[in-house]
Amino acid sequence: MLAAAALAAKEIVAHGPSSVDSAGFFLDYAWLVPLLPALSFAAILAFGKRMRSKGAALGITAVASSFALSLGAAITWIGHRDDAHEGAAAVHRTVGWLRSGGITHDAGILVDGLSVMMLFVVTAVSLLVHVYSTDYVAGDARYTHFFAFLSLFTAAMLFFVLSDNLLQMIVGWELVGVCSFVLIGHWWEDRANSDAALKAFFTNRVGDVGLLVGVSILFFAAGRTFDTLTLSERINAGEVSHSALLAASLCLLAAVMSKSGQFILHTWLPDAMAGPTPVSALIHAATMVVAGIYMVARLYPVFWEGMSIGGSSINVLALVGAVTLLFGGLLAFTQNDIKKVLAYSTVSQLGYMVMALGVGAWTAAMFHLFTHAFFKACLFLGSGSVSHAVHSFDMKADMGGLRKAMPHTYRTFLVATVALMGLPPLAGFWSKDEILAGTGGWGLFGGTDANGSYILMLVMGMAGAAVTAAYMTRVVYLTFFGTYRGHGHPHESGPRILVPLYVLAVFAVGAGLFNMPKGFQFWPEAWQERFGHYVEPVAGYFPYIAHAKPSWSLAIASVLVALVGAGLAWRYYFRAVQARSPLTEIDDGPVSRGGMPRAVHTALVNKYYFDHLYTGVIVKAVKGPLARAVYWSNQRVIDGAVNEAGRRSVDAGRAVYDHIDQTLIDRVIVDGSGRASDGAGESLRGMQTGKVQQYAAILFAAATVLAGVFMLILSL
Amino acid sequence: MTDFLNDWGLTLVTFVPLVGALVMMAVPAAEERAIKQLALLSSLLAMVIGGLLLIDFDYGDAGALQFVVDARWIEVINSRYILGLDGISLPLLALTLVVVPLCVIYSWDHIPEPGNPKAFFILMLILETGMVGTFVAQDLILFFVFFEVVLLPMFFMIAVWGGENRRYASLKFFLFTLFGSALMLLSFLALFFLSTDPASGESLRTFDMRVLSDVAGAGILGSTQIWIFAGMFIGFGVKVPMFPFHTWLPDAHTEAPTVGSVILAAVLLKLGTYGFVRIAVPMLPDGAETWAPWIGLLAVIGIIYGALGCLAQTDMKRLIAFSSVAHMGFVMLGIATLTDFGINAAIFGMVAHGIITGMLFFVAGSVKERYHTLEIRRLGGLLVQAPRLGWILGLCSMASLGLPGLAGFWGEFPAILSAYSPAEGLPVETFRTYMVIAAVGTVLAAGYLLWLLQRTAMGKPSEEFADSDEIVDVTRTEWLAWTPLLVGIVLFGLLPGLIFDVTDPAVVGLLATGG
Repeated sequence: MLAAAALAAKEIVAHGPSSVDSAGFFLDYAWLVPLLPALSFAAILAFGKRMRSKGAALGITAVASSFALSLGAAITWIGHRDDAHEGAAAVHRTVGWLRSGGITHDAGILVDGLSVMMLFVVTAVSLLVHVYSTDYVAGDARYTHFFAFLSLFTAAMLFFVLSDNLLQMIVGWELVGVCSFVLIGHWWEDRANSDAALKAFFTNRVGDVGLLVGVSILFFAAGRTFDTLTLSERINAGEVSHSALLAASLCLLAAVMSKSGQFILHTWLPDAMAGPTPVSALIHAATMVVAGIYMVARLYPVFWEGMSIGGSSINVLALVGAVTLLFGGLLAFTQNDIKKVLAYSTVSQLGYMVMALGVGAWTAAMFHLFTHAFFKACLFLGSGSVSHAVHSFDMKADMGGLRKAMPHTYRTFLVATVALMGLPPLAGFWSKDEILAGTGGWGLFGGTDANGSYILMLVMGMAGAAVTAAYMTRVVYLTFFGTYRGHGHPHESGPRILVPLYVLAVFAVGAGLFNMPKGFQFWPEAWQERFGHYVEPVAGYFPYIAHAKPSWSLAIASVLVALVGAGLAWRYYFRAVQARSPLTEIDDGPVSRGGMPRAVHTALVNKYYFDHLYTGVIVKAVKGPLARAVYWSNQRVIDGAVNEAGRRSVDAGRAVYDHIDQTLIDRVIVDGSGRASDGAGESLRGMQTGKVQQYAAILFAAATVLAGVFMLILSL
Repeated sequence: MTDFLNDWGLTLVTFVPLVGALVMMAVPAAEERAIKQLALLSSLLAMVIGGLLLIDFDYGDAGALQFVVDARWIEVINSRYILGLDGISLPLLALTLVVVPLCVIYSWDHIPEPGNPKAFFILMLILETGMVGTFVAQDLILFFVFFEVVLLPMFFMIAVWGGENRRYASLKFFLFTLFGSALMLLSFLALFFLSTDPASGESLRTFDMRVLSDVAGAGILGSTQIWIFAGMFIGFGVKVPMFPFHTWLPDAHTEAPTVGSVILAAVLLKLGTYGFVRIAVPMLPDGAETWAPWIGLLAVIGIIYGALGCLAQTDMKRLIAFSSVAHMGFVMLGIATLTDFGINAAIFGMVAHGIITGMLFFVAGSVKERYHTLEIRRLGGLLVQAPRLGWILGLCSMASLGLPGLAGFWGEFPAILSAYSPAEGLPVETFRTYMVIAAVGTVLAAGYLLWLLQRTAMGKPSEEFADSDEIVDVTRTEWLAWTPLLVGIVLFGLLPGLIFDVTDPAVVGLLATGG
């Protein structure tokens, strides 16, 4: 073992760090970013309970250092990008990892604008979540353990983001999954929570089948390499077969659907709300669910070529995204649990990102990921702050009128809500508008030079905007307006909860400034489209994609649509419902009154019956009848045959003994020559006694006979 | 020192446990402490010698046999005493040498009913000699002898120290294996008589595995190879165990005492897969090519079938036993592709399964000791009553379901991957179908393992055991016995090169001579 370890060490020294020019400390040593939280995970597990802060301080320090390093990496990258005129090469550092089939597969980091952006988002949100948790989870029986896994969760996501090859991506991808499993099931004493954790893991496992198969296809299609850069360059050079890429991209899409909560593998996401709220914020904003989006973005050549995104015909990726954004959003209407509304909202917003990637609006998708991370984290942490005060997540039963008791939470929540609705000038408006423009479906007043003309995607995206605005209005009313329906006297949360909320609210307002549209008259030209400039790779490993022109008319139209959605909901809740001033009996609008609307409502309440199909039909069938049938056949058919064979051999032995031995040999031959063989007879009688040795002897004898036959065959 | 190791290292590492066993026979049974110390000492000594061998091993030349011993043995049948170690044997040798001392440590205060530590430890050491010998033997007859030496101690371990149904289980184990062995021996004899020197065309009449691998079935007709391979297929397949020869396994595991199960899962099952890699595939390439699709088929059936079987289990230990059928399916799938990638994955899978499933059996044994039952329905809340034990179960379950970052993944995924592009001459579409089926198997694996975890570790303790003071967390002995395995699970998961880099040159060389 020692020698093997020494060998590995030698290997590492021999291989890395590759003799590449230094790109500055923060980029060369970006691997420190995931390493610090990983170390803090180990340290908290080992010593956390003995520390004064119970491990929280250690976790926060590690993530804060990672954040500082990420910030350094971002600044270095900006300089790096500015120095290069044509586009900067990614910083790629490797060490030998494993050898198979005579090829050494490296582990390494791939640092470019995309990964640096992700490092920033993940560490920033994680840091705020860490701080928030010191208050929110205080007093929990497994406080230390919670912080340990928060660290690991962050580390896993950062590791995934920096992966320079498919193999490493799988590792990061699954580590993220297992951390979310542990954290969703944090309160595993309750069956409901462990069920939710298991559901999340299983659903992701289903998608992972696609990941494993997809990566296998890519590995061979690209000429036996896991390396992302090599793979991408070969695809862009047209060296990889289209059919292989189509198959691979479809397989990977299954993985994306499960990880990023896309229809029809989205059902685990709302259930994952069983975990503590800070975890939900982390899962929904910066880690877990955006892993799928990130993978598509990172392996964009695979999808670009495989799904012919540039070809302007509707592809599966765009369709899955569009369907998810609309139907996921609709589900948010019938939820009374504030976190579940936000969960479906995440499903819907992720749909926007997937759709954007599907129509070729790569930068818009990444920008939406960026802005969404902040306002969605703010919303989740805000809902946590509310539930902290009222000890419930049920908006209808236990909330209402909280804006007076919790003014800070209210203000930040409202800001994030407006950002999510996509109203100017908040962050969500800019990124959502960019996606809508990217569909290329808006032909009015000049059109947009997008990668195609996806009118259906534009329509679905618009409808989704109205739906988003409407359900968020409902949430704001039910939580902060009307009369308080809960128990006790709710009061505002402490600073460790409020400070993260305000920080996130600032980002929810300002994050849009990073990518002001080109040609936007009210913003200096040198500051336009900075996000796209620094994040989107301009190199051989990225396909050439067209960039849609922003359109004033589209922006106005999308704002109007959102306002209509918000207005209708406002009229219903703030006017009609408020006038009736109900306490707990709040009807969700006219839809529940009868006929067709009623049917729609029922379908929404039952979440389109997906859970019934998965849990009630498929899982039940596999776990119950199918497994039992297999086991029955194992015991009765296969083992039955074995036992029968055993019984038959004993019978045969007995028959030989009775008829041949006793009758023929003993009586005819032996008796004929006198009763001399008493001893021999005795030893054979043992056959019936069931002793192992005798059975073995019989079997061996049988095998010897078989051997003879066998040799006979061979010699022929 | 190096010279001494070169000449005597492998012989010593093989026979030190046996010598230890002989010495122990002279110690009166009442001297329990001395017996335990002797057992630990001999197994540790073997481990130290093994460690020296590992340090002295030339990793740059892992494809070549090293520390070779070649001496006269049974001249009348031209069988020689040949031992050697290369990159394929090395990880399995290391696994064996580590697992046995850990079993001795665990047994320190866990001697199963009806006691008699003397006999128990003697059997364990004889077992070790058999296992180590199998992995280093380079002569077919020598291999066969070691292979069979393993059989009896395990039979007695189950038959004497086993559970209620031990007689049936031990007999089944014995007969199944013996049946397979008989056919295997036949195939060896056929190889002896039929192999010819490709240059001169003369009959070789040798059991030397090095020579037989080099000539790679020269002189044996393809149709004949198919028959000889079939004999080995059954012989090794029973040991693996492959569907449909697997039914002895759940019974043997369920009834065996804890360390018996651990050794069975960790090492014994690997004798079969090792046989495929070392003997069947390189010596009979044509036979292998014909049988490979069928081996692949049985492998993927095993994966799905084993997983479904697990879902139907109500007993924790039996569930773990059934999972072996599924896991060894992945190993066999890797072998069936006849590619370097697949066989590397198979060897990694053997080691990983050995560590992980061995560990799971340890945990099951400790749960049984505390709760006096392994019925899943009655368990629950292990994380409340014995949190560390619960977390260890969690870690091992995750490793077992093939979580990347832990050891199990590197046996599983590369095997799936290799099935996408099997060796030349094999039906590509068929193997791609196997690939998808195997990948689906990973979902089922997550199913049975997480449900096991949920029902035993999560939730609240059942009323029956809520106040039991027998339920303590991991004890010192248990930590001693388990830590190396737990470290291995994480270490090999993060640095798979530790194994792959050693096996790869040997595997590439093996296939190069075969083709």
